[in-house]
Amino acid sequence: MAKTKTPKVFAYRRENGRVGIRNHVLILPLDDLSNAACEKVAYNVKGTKAIPHAYGRLQFGKDLELFFRTMIGTGANPNVAAVVVIGIEPEWTNLIVKGIAKTGKPVVGFSIERFGEFKTVEMACWKAKEYVQWASELRREECDLKEIWVSVKCGESDTTSGLASNPTVGNAIDKLVAIGATCCFGETSEITGAEMVCKERGASPKIGEKFMKTWQTYEDMIQSHKTDDLSGSQPTKGNIRGGLTTIEEKAFGNLQKIGKKSKYVDVLDKAEAPTGPGLWYMDTSSAAAEAVTLWAAAGFVAHFFPTGQGNIIGNPIEPVIKLTANPITAKTMSEHVDYDCSAILRGEMTLDQSGDNLLQMLIRTCNGRRTAQEVLGHEEFVLTKLYESA
Amino acid sequence: MIQFLVHEKADNVGVATVDIKSGEKAKGLYMDSQKPVQVKALQDIPLGHKIALTKFKKDDAVIKYGHDIGRVVADIKTGEHVHIHNLKTRRW
Repeated sequence: MAKTKTPKVFAYRRENGRVGIRNHVLILPLDDLSNAACEKVAYNVKGTKAIPHAYGRLQFGKDLELFFRTMIGTGANPNVAAVVVIGIEPEWTNLIVKGIAKTGKPVVGFSIERFGEFKTVEMACWKAKEYVQWASELRREECDLKEIWVSVKCGESDTTSGLASNPTVGNAIDKLVAIGATCCFGETSEITGAEMVCKERGASPKIGEKFMKTWQTYEDMIQSHKTDDLSGSQPTKGNIRGGLTTIEEKAFGNLQKIGKKSKYVDVLDKAEAPTGPGLWYMDTSSAAAEAVTLWAAAGFVAHFFPTGQGNIIGNPIEPVIKLTANPITAKTMSEHVDYDCSAILRGEMTLDQSGDNLLQMLIRTCNGRRTAQEVLGHEEFVLTKLYESA
Repeated sequence: MIQFLVHEKADNVGVATVDIKSGEKAKGLYMDSQKPVQVKALQDIPLGHKIALTKFKKDDAVIKYGHDIGRVVADIKTGEHVHIHNLKTRRW
């Protein structure tokens, strides 16, 4: 890493200049009602991917804005070559189509009302076939590693996360930010206990205060809804089994992921895209699938996911690179693990070496190596819902 | 062989990197200074769990990463297992 200042990767440069590492043709449902049609299209047209979800009806206000931002962002992600959107009615379907179309990539929408599902599926299949054959002839080209947007989040953490796998990610993030890459962390609730340390990592006192405001809003939400001391939820039962006792301990371990040097440029809303290079903070849930879905929608194309006890999350469009330092997890759940860094705990590897190893795995993933999560078919596409629908 | 690691000098707990058996003189290492430390384990400490490097009284602070990670709710002897039975969050 130190020798090559700007490592190269082979990836897909999209119409808007952004770089993707996968070449998906998505069949995107506007709403829960359209999942079945999307799955029928994906069954008929090989090489496409439907990403069913539970929402999209009667949402309103900020929750609706987040819904559209997430759906449009998902289709706009550079890991996606082209998109077929299917909705129950045309107006909201077209809002998503228009949003994705701003990237310049091929996108089309179909709506089921006044056609029926059979006719809609048939029309969508023809377009999906055209997109798949077009996308299959796109070629990877040489790009700079710094053009790869990387998000980070840990899950089912234990004390080995704070000792080794999270600092490994931190080491890699410091190196990526140093070459001008765009990176992001979040998990607002899981910074509780270490929020003052996180505040200090803001690029300026003003940005630190902005983080604190975001954190306090999340904290107030938890305080207003809690029915106990959260000892059943945060830390999770898996965290506790792995030796983590309190949210404070978990938070200090969590923050190891942002390394020692990088300061975050600004605070992003959920699924909001960053506007330049550097490390960013995004206000996300700490639930893995919800958070990674938000980063994918913000345009991130690869994810570092350190785990202690073995969270097996994946995402349909943003490859999730999983690492663990827990030797039990590395041994008993090896099919889920892309990088085993347990040698750090045995004193056989430094964090600096481990960070370089993780960057090598990132480069291989960018060049086409499928992550464990992709091979196992873990495609947890989970929308964040802010409140009940109208 | 190292049996536990301590993040920083100010910490008063270590983290077992292997299963430690009660009665063992466990060998540890400070990660910041690379200085060795030894503690006699009074209880079994499973991999990933915390071992007390000092004795604690109720309401004392457990320090890890150089920071307060919670409140002691039952007296702890040096070498005992520190977890949810004797340490609670100060939040929530």
